[in-house]
Amino acid sequence: MRKRFRVVKRTDVSIGRRIFNPILFVLLALLFCGIFLAALGFNPFTVYGKMLKTICTPGGITRSIQAGLPLMFTGLAVAFGYRMNLNNIGGDGQYALGAILCVGFALYGPEMPAVPKIIVMFLCAMAGGAIAALIAAIPKALWNVSETILTMMLNYVFLYVLNYLMYGPWKELNQMVAQTRVIPEKYWLPDIGNTGVNSILIIVILMAVALYFFHKKTTKGFQMEVIRRSPRAAQYSGMSLAKNILLVLGVSGAIAGLAGFAQVTSIIHRVQADLPNNAGYTGIVIAFLAALNPLVVLIVGFLFGALQISAVAVQVTGVPSQVATMIQGSIMLFVIAGEFFIRYRIVKVKDTQTEGPPASGPPDPDIIKEPALTVEKGGEQA
Amino acid sequence: MGELILEMKQITKVFGLIVANDKVDLKIYAGEIHALLGENGAGKSTLMNILTGIYRPDGGEIFYRGKRVEIRSPKDAAKLGIGMVHQHFRLIPTLSAAENIFLYSNKKNFFLKQEEMQKEIAACSKDFNLEVDAAAKVWQLSVGEQQRVEIVKLLYQGMEILILDEPSAVLTPQEAQSMFDTLRKMADSGKAVVVISHKMNEVMANADRITVLRGGMVEDTMLAKDATVARLTKAVVGDREYTPHVRESYVTGDDFVFSMEHVTALNDKNLPALKDLSLSIRKGEIFGIAGVAGNGQRELSEVIAGLRPVTEGTITIYGEDITKLSVKQHIKKGISFIPEDRLHTGLVPELNLMDNIILTSYDTDRYSKHGIIQHAQMQTDAVEYVEKYEIKNGGLDQPVGLMSGGNQQKLLFAREVSGNPSLIVACYPVRGLDIGAADAIRQILLEQSQKGVSVVFISEELEEIFNMCDRVGVLCDGELIGIRDIHETDFMEIGRMMAGEKEEAATYA
Repeated sequence: MRKRFRVVKRTDVSIGRRIFNPILFVLLALLFCGIFLAALGFNPFTVYGKMLKTICTPGGITRSIQAGLPLMFTGLAVAFGYRMNLNNIGGDGQYALGAILCVGFALYGPEMPAVPKIIVMFLCAMAGGAIAALIAAIPKALWNVSETILTMMLNYVFLYVLNYLMYGPWKELNQMVAQTRVIPEKYWLPDIGNTGVNSILIIVILMAVALYFFHKKTTKGFQMEVIRRSPRAAQYSGMSLAKNILLVLGVSGAIAGLAGFAQVTSIIHRVQADLPNNAGYTGIVIAFLAALNPLVVLIVGFLFGALQISAVAVQVTGVPSQVATMIQGSIMLFVIAGEFFIRYRIVKVKDTQTEGPPASGPPDPDIIKEPALTVEKGGEQA
Repeated sequence: MGELILEMKQITKVFGLIVANDKVDLKIYAGEIHALLGENGAGKSTLMNILTGIYRPDGGEIFYRGKRVEIRSPKDAAKLGIGMVHQHFRLIPTLSAAENIFLYSNKKNFFLKQEEMQKEIAACSKDFNLEVDAAAKVWQLSVGEQQRVEIVKLLYQGMEILILDEPSAVLTPQEAQSMFDTLRKMADSGKAVVVISHKMNEVMANADRITVLRGGMVEDTMLAKDATVARLTKAVVGDREYTPHVRESYVTGDDFVFSMEHVTALNDKNLPALKDLSLSIRKGEIFGIAGVAGNGQRELSEVIAGLRPVTEGTITIYGEDITKLSVKQHIKKGISFIPEDRLHTGLVPELNLMDNIILTSYDTDRYSKHGIIQHAQMQTDAVEYVEKYEIKNGGLDQPVGLMSGGNQQKLLFAREVSGNPSLIVACYPVRGLDIGAADAIRQILLEQSQKGVSVVFISEELEEIFNMCDRVGVLCDGELIGIRDIHETDFMEIGRMMAGEKEEAATYA
């Protein structure tokens, strides 16, 4: 009786598996990075221990949230685009243009009471992100030019515009650093009580909930789902691909632009050269790890924020700060590879001639243990 | 009887809780055309997918020339010389026919030599009278031509066992006959041919050996010369009763409610697909469109549904000009479209049954209040449709791609009919369906016609048209050759018109 292994699809996946499977693979990723750390001459346990200690303090959590805020916005932006199969790689550029318009209005716009001023700053940041995205969306909608390439290339454009302003006309006077001056304190968003966490967190949470609701419940969300799954069926049902491309990329860009708003009103209260710091690209990783679920994006965004601040903390012990990037990359690879085990399982199959269907013959003990039977990988017409 | 090449013993395959193949035995001989007959869902395709390594059996054994073999992948199958032409072709539309064929060959040169490739392919296809324009891109080819490419692909790889899944489903009677002639030549040259089908006449006329599957089990197996309609029917449908429809006309009055005048439209290649086409349809009338596939049927249906722009002419429904309206407006005006590709155009296979029932009406008041989808209403309607139209499904929240073709079509019809259309354009509505599902679909169309809905019924099967329609128009090369009252014409006349024979007396009713 020879034994062989086979991969079979799980018909239903428990919540527990959905949660623990990624955690397991995150741990494996850390193990993998640990090997590298050890090779570099560091004790991985000390390094990870120090990182963990950095995060697991009230101050650490606050700083993780702060570092994670822009990532939450870019993550939401990317996830939104992917919900209609649009690859928005331009998070950085949209973030930059959002920040430029937002800080520009804050510093050089008309004097206004705080509330309307902040609202206009909010709209400016969204408009900036949306404009940056629409420049790519229009050729995509009209001539099916790849939005992947366009959004990515536009990153350079807007980062250079940002840096030009930071090193040039908008540079803070008599300072060495390429950044604007701090915006007036009355335009800062307040912290939540005395937690040290800025109220922008509430905005991003509300936004994620709204997006979650949007995908689940609205006709627009339904349209996005149909277009994502079958553009032909979408046209057949009278949905306009072009209009939806403009809308979705525009909204995606607007959300990314809000990362700029978060920086200006809540985090550093100004804009610096190279401000996005690859947040747009990290947003892609976050969106995928969150399986495009806006609520999960917040959690993953927070964890990535934690990773960033803890990597900075271990830098003092001589560990290169690139370790954070390495861990990010490894986590993405491992978790996405681990997805396989959520959807499939590997079973031992006894290779005998008498093997019969469950309907007849003695029931296979495997089948009794797992009542949900299995569908072969790539089921019929699926 | 030729040599026994392949034997399947006690093959079992289980999907979820469904037993698709239950201890199936099958013997395939060289030099024979072996037909696998059975309704949709009888397990024919599954069995052949096991043979070609796409599925792995849960039980049973396969013997190739007496030796036990494991077929783990299509590559393993190809090594044994087993190849299949799937019902949904596996071709890459943007590549040329030659490239598609070459992709699977063992001759892996570093450089592609287009001319050489085309020459080799021409030589290979000539032996069996399979004309293939090797330089043409696959998307430019008609379905029949694509099928020939698929067959040449197998021949070019030197396959000895050729499996064809519902090969005649996409062909006209004449094309089907020539395809079977080709298959006969292949069998005569020593190859084994397996044809999956659910058409008894075709199987009796063309096969050497017939195996009937029902409910995943072998119901009967016989030599074709021993087959009778009665025996096959009993094996295919069991003891169920089958009552053919007696067509009553439901045309009320002489008023035309839908009309197309001098309509011209282009196809995907920007060539004229419809030429100065005019027709009018009465209330409750079923108007058949006959013709060889690829003569403008698809374009005609898309034009009526608003999916394809009209370059000249006007289209009106109940007196209203709809020529320039959007697809959505067409839907709102009560034009329902049952597309040829029901699974990927009419439905979204990855979405569930509930999502699919709101596909064309997601933004109507019924399913949407202030932009919010009314989930409760979807569920109520889904339950109702499933019950009313007997749609077998694995759960309302399961992807419809997992349902059988017949149930997909029933779902599509249930949705389209529920919007109280005034005109239904049905493209090959019963093609590829089993007897039960086809019957249900015909019943739905007749009921609609009785309610006063006009129907454009596009079909390649004349029998079907004669059973269902009041009048028939024949399309040839984008032109409407003529329109006939169904009671005043016959197969012969329509057949001549399909071949493009115009007659002076062609009347415009």
